[in-house]
Amino acid sequence: MGSRGILLIFLLLIAIYVWRAGQLDHQYYPKPENGNNNNLNETPKSVNLWRIGLILLCFALGFGSLMMLGSLETVHILPKKTSEWILFAVTIGLYAFVGLNSRAHTLDNYFVAGRRIPAFFNGMAIAGDWMSAASFISMAGTLWLLGYEGLAYIVGWTGGYVLMSMLIAPYLRKFGQFTILDFITARYNGNLACIIAALISVITSFTYITAQVAGVGIIMSHFWDVNYYLGVFIGLGSVLFCSLLGGMRAITWIQVVQCIALLTAYFVPVTMLSWRETGVPFPQLMYVSTLENIVQFKTTLGISEGYITPFNNWNVWNFIALMLCLMCGTAGMPHILVRFYTVPTASDARHSTGWALFFILLLYLTASAYAAFSSWEVLKNVIGKPIKAVPAWASTWAQLDLIKFDDKNRDGLLQFNKLSIDPDLIVVSKPDIAQLPLSIGALVAAGGLATALSTADCLLLVIASAFAHDIYSHIINPRASLRNHFLLGQIAILIAAVLASLTALRRLAIVVQLVAWAFSLAASTLFPVLVLGIFWKRTNGTGAIAGMLTGLIMTLSYMIINFAYPTFNILGIQHVAAGIFGIPANFLVTILISKLPPPPSQDEIDLVEGLRQP
Amino acid sequence: MSKSKAEEYWRRNIRLIVILLVIWFLISYGAALIAPVLNNIVILGFPIGFWMASQGSLIGFVLLIYVYAKQMNKMDDEFHVSDTDVKLTKAEEKVKIRKN
Repeated sequence: MGSRGILLIFLLLIAIYVWRAGQLDHQYYPKPENGNNNNLNETPKSVNLWRIGLILLCFALGFGSLMMLGSLETVHILPKKTSEWILFAVTIGLYAFVGLNSRAHTLDNYFVAGRRIPAFFNGMAIAGDWMSAASFISMAGTLWLLGYEGLAYIVGWTGGYVLMSMLIAPYLRKFGQFTILDFITARYNGNLACIIAALISVITSFTYITAQVAGVGIIMSHFWDVNYYLGVFIGLGSVLFCSLLGGMRAITWIQVVQCIALLTAYFVPVTMLSWRETGVPFPQLMYVSTLENIVQFKTTLGISEGYITPFNNWNVWNFIALMLCLMCGTAGMPHILVRFYTVPTASDARHSTGWALFFILLLYLTASAYAAFSSWEVLKNVIGKPIKAVPAWASTWAQLDLIKFDDKNRDGLLQFNKLSIDPDLIVVSKPDIAQLPLSIGALVAAGGLATALSTADCLLLVIASAFAHDIYSHIINPRASLRNHFLLGQIAILIAAVLASLTALRRLAIVVQLVAWAFSLAASTLFPVLVLGIFWKRTNGTGAIAGMLTGLIMTLSYMIINFAYPTFNILGIQHVAAGIFGIPANFLVTILISKLPPPPSQDEIDLVEGLRQP
Repeated sequence: MSKSKAEEYWRRNIRLIVILLVIWFLISYGAALIAPVLNNIVILGFPIGFWMASQGSLIGFVLLIYVYAKQMNKMDDEFHVSDTDVKLTKAEEKVKIRKN
């Protein structure tokens, strides 16, 4: 059966699903009034601890069965293929189970999880949501490739949380509606600002989803030996399966589970390596000796590019610019900000950023260790070996041009400069390179899937709510029934997901770069307008609209020109950091235009004053 | 809450944010700018320039957020508002109005 046949089956499954979801909606939303009544009867503070316990228990069982599969493999009862497919089915089934179990029954549940998520779990969900295929699959590889310069991604993606917790999150929670677009509509008093902001969040989220789908494609093609294209479609199917189910409440609990899954999957292989190489199972501390080994090894080979020395791949401006774009982008990312509406209070919003960053750090502090150990394993196991003896894992990817061996001096040996590995492969291929047990490989695959899926879920929800909630029910048809509302949201999700996978097939850039584009866009459009809207009362609607458009146009045009013609650049800044031009332009234009009349209305000023009170 | 009190609350919030963001700037951008110099210092085998960007500044960020959340909670108590119940009902009301 060709991939076309599978595609047809896949579309059929989606059709069945949408039909079934429609039926369920009938059942749950007979009249909009009912939704309201339920909502009022709910006591806001009572989080069902029993449910949390049940979910975590299911999760533990799932992971237990995974480990059992691993041990069955080693005694050759199960063939490798079968066990990997079982694992895939188990993980997806688990997410679906959690999703169905906590399916949304009211509008508040669908979009903001009933505002009853405690700060600790919200932090965990933010972390699961936040750590995407870029962090899991691609970041260690980028460090491996670039050395010090790759750290711009690490610092940028964590430093943004400081901005978020102080400048945006608590105020948004005090405002308390459904999405950041609600805030923009209320603050800038107009439909035009809302439409522009909605389109911007759709563009940003779309770029981000493309990266996730590409990540799933890589994992699928590696661990399940399907080709990359088919992998992309299977990945897409599983994303839809999980996210269409239950709205924000289901997604929150799925993400809590996925956060645990991905952290375990990241920790286990690198801890095993650390144990094997140094005898101490703390890679975060022990990678220092590996760093020394790398430096020594490279010096003996006469490779000049330093791993630790800064600014030899990029100049310092590009490093700083990328950091700034990623930080401001973090603070303006619609799919993260919407999470702060799910907690009960502003104080919880501040605390949940702290918890989120804590869980993110667990992975990020390990990333540099992961890169160092991988780098060392590649140098040790692959370099200097005959090209013909290249291991099996490498040959599958050589067909896809993700790995290249270029035998320049025709001596049949693999030297450092002959080998080029796509950085996206470093994490997924590491269990193979380092010859760890097979079950570890499967664990990494499950974790990678979890990261990509958890992020894609929330991004799709942002797209759905931008269309259904902000554009359709705000502007086009304010009296839309809840049912139409949901249906439109689900159609938007479908279209976005299919388009994203078609884009992902082209592999425009590695996963971190795709994600960095999304951050540059968010940083130069939404971030300045949100911050000014809270901290500067004079900001008016015209200013915000002009600012967002300027930021968007500046960033997009620099990105496209530099991507197409890399020789064109200002101060050596690359397309990933294009937002550095859009951010100041947006601030400047918003401030200048806001100085012109009309001043913001009394309603808007009251809104800002309300946000500023404790 | 009276207007002057609300203004004082906001002023103190801004002051706290400015102080913390200066530290934030120093440990991220400051450390990156002088990374080549910091790399000459080696503690426990880690060149400090590399360590700051890979681990040090991240730990700093968590501490900053923690300090901010703690201080703001303290301030909320001082201004006699536990924002739990009041704010929630207010927000729920807004939602209700919106839906009708």
